[in-house]
Amino acid sequence: MFKRWHIAPLLAALTLLSMLFSACGGASSASTSTNGAQSCPATRTLNGAGSTFDGPLFSKLFTVYPGVKCGANVNYQLIGSGAGINDLLNQLVDFGATDAPMTDAQLAKSPNGPIIHIPVTLGAVAISYNLSGINGHLKLTGAVLADIFMGKVKTWNDPEIAGLNPGVTLPNQNITVVHRSDGSGTTGIFTHYLSAVSDDWKTKVGAATTVNWPLGVGAKGNPGVAAAIKATSGSIGYVELAYVVANNFPYALVQNAAGNYVAPSLDGAKADAANVSDIPADLRFYIVNAPGNDSYPISGFSWMIVYQNQSNPDKGRAIANMLWWVTHDGQSYASALTYVPLPGGIVTRDEAQIKSMKCGNTPCYTGK
Amino acid sequence: MKTTPLMQSNIAAQARRVSALTRRGTRGKRRLGDIIFRNFTLLFVLITLALVVGVAWILVSYSLPTITAFGFSFLTNQAFDPVHNVFGVAPAIFGTLVTSCFAIIFAVPIGIGAAIFLVEFCPLALRSMLAFVMELLVAIPSVVIGLWGFLVLASWLNSSGEPWLQSHLGFLPFFRGQPHGLGLLAAGIVLVIMILPLIISVSREVMLTVPQSQREALLALGATRWEVIRHVVLPASRVGIMGGIILALGRALGETMAVTMVIGNQATKPSASLFDTGYTLSSVIANQFGEATQGLFLSALLEAGLLVFLITLATNVLARWLVARMGRMSIGGLNT
Repeated sequence: MFKRWHIAPLLAALTLLSMLFSACGGASSASTSTNGAQSCPATRTLNGAGSTFDGPLFSKLFTVYPGVKCGANVNYQLIGSGAGINDLLNQLVDFGATDAPMTDAQLAKSPNGPIIHIPVTLGAVAISYNLSGINGHLKLTGAVLADIFMGKVKTWNDPEIAGLNPGVTLPNQNITVVHRSDGSGTTGIFTHYLSAVSDDWKTKVGAATTVNWPLGVGAKGNPGVAAAIKATSGSIGYVELAYVVANNFPYALVQNAAGNYVAPSLDGAKADAANVSDIPADLRFYIVNAPGNDSYPISGFSWMIVYQNQSNPDKGRAIANMLWWVTHDGQSYASALTYVPLPGGIVTRDEAQIKSMKCGNTPCYTGK
Repeated sequence: MKTTPLMQSNIAAQARRVSALTRRGTRGKRRLGDIIFRNFTLLFVLITLALVVGVAWILVSYSLPTITAFGFSFLTNQAFDPVHNVFGVAPAIFGTLVTSCFAIIFAVPIGIGAAIFLVEFCPLALRSMLAFVMELLVAIPSVVIGLWGFLVLASWLNSSGEPWLQSHLGFLPFFRGQPHGLGLLAAGIVLVIMILPLIISVSREVMLTVPQSQREALLALGATRWEVIRHVVLPASRVGIMGGIILALGRALGETMAVTMVIGNQATKPSASLFDTGYTLSSVIANQFGEATQGLFLSALLEAGLLVFLITLATNVLARWLVARMGRMSIGGLNT
């Protein structure tokens, strides 16, 4: 019966051993190299968290990135834009990713000086519906969309919708609005669009990654909304463009600022981004409803966010290298995953932002 | 069985021998081991206590901003609006209570009935198999049941179930309004499915402990099967069954994933209609946490968490009190 007590010293030895190992690990990672500016940073691992919208793109990028020159392993956690912002503010991660730019109030909470925004990709939001007996695509304007999502237009054969679609016989059926139940950048883009085209929406509901919806049914994630639309006859909802493309969903043509009805597409979103005038210096901006004949109006950027002043110079250089690669070479992977590559004008703005990062007294980015 | 004087003296002699043994040689070592062991177990208890206190402390301290900003109106306000920084969880409290009550109302009679069949009427060979299948139902992860609810149940309710209810039972206030499929009704049904096996297995175990001799005694007096169940089995096992029901209620109140997937997640003005979409406290947290940034928004979610914590605590206290009361009553019943 005393035999079992032999386990105790063994356990103690194991614990000691593991403590020793972890201490060694800590020591090796603490010894950052102080090489010249031209060599690669010693930091080989970066941590990021945030937007789920960016997930598929980032997972592709970060499997490629360790293999490129001066690359690094990047752990990216898909925890939502808001949580990504929180993690950056709590200094738990090296960078955050968000589909909605940080607000002034959030920026004011920074414990470590200014935070800079770097657009890394573009997304578009499609309007999908479930109506039997309709050939082709419905045409909708922003004003009618706002009325539908506020419950002012209740049936499909309402004159507001019928007026936009002459020659289409619309059923006398109730409209079921489907929206996201979880907070999301997709919701952020869509509600900013509705706020841009409808004053009523702007004052009563407003724009954010999560809003107090006047009516409808909430489903979780893009797949949830897509499935709810599919299951509910007479429903309408908004989903990420990639979902419509992948699943061959019916989608509406949406009227843009120039008055044309445009289908959601990568090119349409890119045109929307390229035609934005007066981009603010800090790159915190929404591009919904931009001018241009081909612009698809419900589009928006996604950003990486980092501290401008990096306390660890070596890690700062690694972050700057990563940002530079994502906004340049990394963009070649976007189209295949139905993300919109950044327009040239935005890349130039990104370069200026990355070069403004400071590691001590010198800039973090030392490339061209 | 009564203890005779002879047996009592035997027991006393044995006790003397044992105490003599512990007093001899090994005494010091044994006592030291006991002290260490006792303190270790005490330590584990303290760790558990510290965890509960820690959770409560974090919930309270993080929800202080909304408690001071909104006070009692947090419980009565309809809107959960991060854009205008106004938060209220009235629809979520309503949804939590309605879906849980719905689940209990339907699961309790079905569950106890099934347990009675399994214990009293079911052929022995079939019993263990049926019990096994029902316990399998407990083991299904809630997200899987939620998926079934979302893909199968909700679309069936939308296309056939709710229209049928509306045309046949539409005179009741519960079945009015526009059917969506997703909503309070779907959430309630999913919860029934989730807590039913829990009630069945607890009730079954408790009923099995009722001595066979008592059943036989009443049968010998000429009672019917129903009278045996009514006057022996149910009274003897009601404390245990009550415990099972409270356990099930606790699960229904806190269930997050499956409910979030089918409840429709749209705050509507509380009404009698089960077709309405709704919210529960835990689904608010599950939905919004990823996008909640620091400030009132995050604080509002933690206060919702605090409310779930308090509701669960209250149910548990109530359950303890009920079980204790019923236990006293049945002991009293046996003595008379």
